[in-house]
Amino acid sequence: MTLKKIIIAATLTLSLAAAAFAEEPAKATDAAASPAAVAAPAAQGAPVLAATAAQAPAPAAAATPAPAKKRVLKANKAITISMFAVIIGITLCVVIWAAKQTKTASDFYAAGGGITGTQNGWAIAGDYMSAASFLGISGLISLYGYDGFMYSVGWLVAYITVLLIVAEPCRNAGKYTLGDILSFRTSPKPVRAVAALSTVAVSTFYLTAQMVGAGKLMALLVGIPYKTSIIGVGILMVGYVVFGGMVATTWVQIIKAGMLMSGAFLLSVLVMAKAGFNPIGFFSSIVNSPDIQDHVSKLVLKDGIILNGIDAGQRFLEPGLFLKAPLDQISLGMALVLGTAGMPHILMRFFTVPTAQAARKSVIIAMFLIGTFYVLTTLLGFGSAIHLTPQGIISVDPGGNMATLMLAQEMGAEIAPIFGDLFLAFLCAVAFATILAVVSGLVLAASAAIAHDIYVNVIKDGHADQHEQVLAARITSLVVGAVGIIIGITAENQNVAVLVALAFAVAASGNLPVVVLSLFWRRFNTAGVVAGLVVGTVAAIGLTLVSPNLTYPKLVAAGAQKIVVAMEKKQAALPAGAVLDEKDLKALEKGRKDYEANKEGTSMVGLDKPLFALKNPGIVSIPLGFLAAILACFAFPSKRSEEMFDEVYVRQNTGIGMAKAVEH
Amino acid sequence: MAERKYDWAAIAKNPKFVELHHRKTTFLFGWWAFSLVYYFLLPIGAAYTPDLFRIKMIGVINFGYVFALSQFFVSWGLALYYAHVANKDFDRLTRELIDELHI
Repeated sequence: MTLKKIIIAATLTLSLAAAAFAEEPAKATDAAASPAAVAAPAAQGAPVLAATAAQAPAPAAAATPAPAKKRVLKANKAITISMFAVIIGITLCVVIWAAKQTKTASDFYAAGGGITGTQNGWAIAGDYMSAASFLGISGLISLYGYDGFMYSVGWLVAYITVLLIVAEPCRNAGKYTLGDILSFRTSPKPVRAVAALSTVAVSTFYLTAQMVGAGKLMALLVGIPYKTSIIGVGILMVGYVVFGGMVATTWVQIIKAGMLMSGAFLLSVLVMAKAGFNPIGFFSSIVNSPDIQDHVSKLVLKDGIILNGIDAGQRFLEPGLFLKAPLDQISLGMALVLGTAGMPHILMRFFTVPTAQAARKSVIIAMFLIGTFYVLTTLLGFGSAIHLTPQGIISVDPGGNMATLMLAQEMGAEIAPIFGDLFLAFLCAVAFATILAVVSGLVLAASAAIAHDIYVNVIKDGHADQHEQVLAARITSLVVGAVGIIIGITAENQNVAVLVALAFAVAASGNLPVVVLSLFWRRFNTAGVVAGLVVGTVAAIGLTLVSPNLTYPKLVAAGAQKIVVAMEKKQAALPAGAVLDEKDLKALEKGRKDYEANKEGTSMVGLDKPLFALKNPGIVSIPLGFLAAILACFAFPSKRSEEMFDEVYVRQNTGIGMAKAVEH
Repeated sequence: MAERKYDWAAIAKNPKFVELHHRKTTFLFGWWAFSLVYYFLLPIGAAYTPDLFRIKMIGVINFGYVFALSQFFVSWGLALYYAHVANKDFDRLTRELIDELHI
């Protein structure tokens, strides 16, 4: 009883505070709303879809869209808000239903192991496909063609590692968290503490990126102010997790995956119908589109290459328009294919199914859903390029993040104008549900690490009854959610693009090596876990801090200086009395200002220029994580850990020990 | 509630378990390595053999596109193949082992 009161009181306080907080900016943007509503946030839209932007040399290339192609994207507020209300209504019913069955720690963290393989497959897909993949990748394809498609491949291939290496062993050897798997034959306290820290780090990076993305997206789509969006999303996410635990989170993810797949499928059918369901004709119309040809000509001109007409159109289907640093590409690929299997919120999903067979089935279902989605994304991306033109997409958002939504409006409106509004509103609702599903999974993973690993097992030595465990889990989720909201609000103007890549890099360099070694290597022990997690995590974060991801004022100043020199030269070359045209004068002035503002500055960690040349640390930090874990085991061998390997290995392969516990 | 005690070392030496272990290790790490190599051929190929990726195969559709698309089918194929082998061999061996131990 007291538990409920505490939580209800806390939630109420949170919402009241939130409402008060939200009041002010609501007015502010209302004034600025109407015609400017779309254009204004569009300028900051680039970092919305962090994952995709992670690789982006900031498409500042947006440059000068032909005025004739200027487009606007304005969702019908009434329809969109009602769709949001329907989603909130449905999910809240799910939460009430789930809250009734959440009584033990196992219910809260793992839905009592009662999720079926098929359900879990949909939930994994729902947990994994963030707004970045939903809007960002199709946007990348619509602006850069082939490279966007190539980028999407790693997100699916990552699941081969999950399927073959971690899913079933984790189901057999684990309970609720990463700490459970790692502490099996090691000293539980230090291992759990370090595992929890790493889980919280990964979840925080990912959560911050999602929260900031959510705020910007809502502002862009329906004109809800940034703070209000974050607080609204935050309260819903806290509500789902605190009251409904894993059961509610799972069903929110399943609902979202269903909506996402149907939206993508419907839109793809409309796009392909326009091409007469002829894929060859579809691709020919890309190559033959004069707008795409013109767009590509401008893109390659920056590299000093002249391409025109059909050759430029064909170039859109070839690699290298966007991803220009192969080593960085490979490094990101490593972080993706190894990091997914080390993501705590993904690992956690395998504890919700009763058997290894169900875990296997769920990964395979998830792979078909995720893969199908990315193949459909190609159609949506290329379809947007054909029907909306890259110039039109850039005019709404330079990062291309709005391409899918614009396409939905256009395709729907061709049937009847009201369909355009409805379809756009539906996809906005999908984006909304997507954000909710992903952030809920992250909050649950972070709270499990803090409540189950740190509180119950480190502080209370595992002596806590079910009631206390669930209470601890609920309070932790509330706190994690509240912190998430605060971070989301304070990070509004931060560059969050780097955070998703960082989350994957930490998961790949810290978590994955120790999970694999503890499941498969006899000599692995406490020293190995601690060294692997610490070195992998620190290396990934450290290398990112000295990478080109950060802003280096001196480099900005040098760039500005170049513009100033060029413009001054141009001025000097002019006949006496003549002045530069307005555009050049502005550039000169801006260059001077930028130079003055940046010439003395250093990056966040006090550097003049990056020490590490790649944006993605994986290629260095992943081997470091493995190496540290292995060397530490040789330096500090543990006989007990070696003797217990038989138990871990038999358990993870056969499920003996675990299977019986579920039956009783 | 006391968990049943197992002689883990003895199970680990059981011929059935040894067979399961050998088959699984070969299969899992072998195909894992294959999938990684196949995947990294994509970014490496795109960066260092652009002429190969440019070769048109069907209409304007080029080798690069077909290769990227093939990644999806190879991943799905591998997933289904693994499910087939695991359901047929690994699960059967595990069941036989558990029956033999009378657990």
